Amino acid sequence: MDPIRRRTVLKVLAGGAAGAAVLGPTRAAAAPAYPEAVGLLYDSTRCIGCRACVTWCKRANELPDDEMEINGAPYNAPVDLSATTKNIIRLAQDGDRTAFVKAGCMHCLEPACVNACMIGALKKNPTTGVVGYDVSLCVGCRYCEVVCPFNVPKFVWHSALGARIVKCELCRHLPEGPACARVCPRAAIVTGKVAELKADARRRIAQSPAAYYPEVYGERDAGGTQVLYLAPAAMSPHQLGLPDVGDTPVPTLSHAIHGGIYKAGIVPAVLYAAFAYTTWSNRRKGAQAGEEPGKKEGKP
Amino acid sequence: MSENGARPVGGKILTPFFVFLIALWGLGTIAGMQRWIGGLGAATAMSDGYPWGIWIALDVVVGTALASGGYAVALLVYVFNKGRYHSLVRPALLTSALGYSTAAVAIAFDVGRYWGLWKIPFFVASWNLRSALLEVALCVMAYIVVLWVEISPAFLEHFKGGENAGLRRLAEVVSPKLEAALPFIIAFGMLLPTMHQSSLGSIWLLAASKLHKLWLSPWLPFLFLVSSIAMGYATVVIENTFSSRAFHLKPETKMLGTLGVVSAWIVVVYLVVRIADVVWRGQAGAIFNEGRFSFLFLAETALWVAAAAMLFAPKTRTNSGLQLQAAFLLVAAGVLYRFNTYLFAFRPGYGWTYFPSVQEIVITFGLVATETMAFLVVVKKFPFLGGAAAR
Repeated sequence: MDPIRRRTVLKVLAGGAAGAAVLGPTRAAAAPAYPEAVGLLYDSTRCIGCRACVTWCKRANELPDDEMEINGAPYNAPVDLSATTKNIIRLAQDGDRTAFVKAGCMHCLEPACVNACMIGALKKNPTTGVVGYDVSLCVGCRYCEVVCPFNVPKFVWHSALGARIVKCELCRHLPEGPACARVCPRAAIVTGKVAELKADARRRIAQSPAAYYPEVYGERDAGGTQVLYLAPAAMSPHQLGLPDVGDTPVPTLSHAIHGGIYKAGIVPAVLYAAFAYTTWSNRRKGAQAGEEPGKKEGKP
Repeated sequence: MSENGARPVGGKILTPFFVFLIALWGLGTIAGMQRWIGGLGAATAMSDGYPWGIWIALDVVVGTALASGGYAVALLVYVFNKGRYHSLVRPALLTSALGYSTAAVAIAFDVGRYWGLWKIPFFVASWNLRSALLEVALCVMAYIVVLWVEISPAFLEHFKGGENAGLRRLAEVVSPKLEAALPFIIAFGMLLPTMHQSSLGSIWLLAASKLHKLWLSPWLPFLFLVSSIAMGYATVVIENTFSSRAFHLKPETKMLGTLGVVSAWIVVVYLVVRIADVVWRGQAGAIFNEGRFSFLFLAETALWVAAAAMLFAPKTRTNSGLQLQAAFLLVAAGVLYRFNTYLFAFRPGYGWTYFPSVQEIVITFGLVATETMAFLVVVKKFPFLGGAAAR
């Protein structure tokens, strides 16, 4: 498992003098609230790795099986998140301790992918907070894949005309909600309003403190996510393979710097005016002196 | 004959070198078919871990930085009013126009859904202004148009003296209007690269969790912008040296030497910010104890230092061979900084690796060959080169 190392964006921000100049106004913008936010709670201690959620996710999203032939017999054996698999159960190992862990879109409160997306193919639903994908606005640039700290968006690589991004959209097309939660035989995945899921997670920890790691992953991580994780007492969420991305939303640094530079378009407008004026006046001066820079070599 | 003395250099188009370029184009086209038929996965080594490969890092990011010559020289001539560099403007703008157009073709190869690219400039209501990539896309598209307008006087001059009556009339009507509008077009030609060359660095601010801390910096936009200007001057030196040798024009060694000193000072500014930023962020230790990342950082820095030292050396100012070497060092430094940011210091995790496929490399060569062919045809037929030599 790769160590995506501790990198608090704030640390970087604190160091930048440029950041400091523009930090105030941009960071003051509060995270948008999603009062009806829906999500998932995944409880690693209950998961038995049956992968019913993986299979039913494929059915619900009309994704093909990942066929693999082993000893002459075919299997549906997805091995990772991919263009055909939006949800997977991994085995996390730390020494001789093991646990199952689900991987899929975290539906971040401030998602890097949504900030990356040029014309809004990836967007958060203003009510539910679900990060949805609209293929008609996607040009296939894959910037979302580059920036996602959880490596969630996947691309259809092997089709010239079917190229697109594939990621969990929390079964927003199904009135009955996410298939993974519906089919889980152990209630290891439950769905509902994020506020209720948080309360549920806290309740589970309070009821069996010996069974759980005393932290709900996603409550604050990456600025908060709508998919929450409970880890077993013996293993921290990071040992489960959930990345340590700090509590600052991933887009914070970009907001401060890029957002700061382009705020209200003032900097580009001023720059343009300055360029246009100096070019125009230098040419005029040159013309008056009888040696427009466009015509002759000026004197050094 | 052009207003500033530039003229078509003439000569046979179909030289052996040109035939070699056609062969490269052919190979690139064959490899390209695989991408257009089988999708990106059929022709490239890119993956969900490394969604961007050399088409982005080299063809687009390095390519446009090298094509910043037009921008960098325009800054000198029009903003700092250094008229003596004016003969460099036209060939530099041509290299820029061709470089950016080539990058646009590379983008069309690279994006999965190229048929939707037209939506980016037109779907104004959908613009996500937080996306640095949107800013890059819009500015690059606009800048390609601006560049072709900026070099259009060379074509119009040619038409004015040509045999085609229609084109002659067109040139006579358009030229004065263009002349009047030019300062405002030139200003766009300086604003747009300032914006997108810096944003090519800003893109990585959003990958805060994956980019190594030696490269993840609030100064990314500044560093990308400043280094692109230095690389732009290097391209001007390289293009000018090769052109004067290939087409037997008077070499502009003295002017290029001064330009070299300008670029060296830019490198100094770049290096001061680059190092101070790393130290200020408390990452000075990482310069030495982060394994291959430290090596890459030191290699990058060494190249900048070597390039600047060479450009400052008095001997370089009068020796066009040394100028060429220094320019290549400068380009190497800028290329490594960009490759480090876009590929080597990018850590997607989970054991992903990337090494470009044969097709990615062949298509890259094909693109560069096409660009070179276009340059050769244009300078042989239209008045771009030799502005200073004619004086």
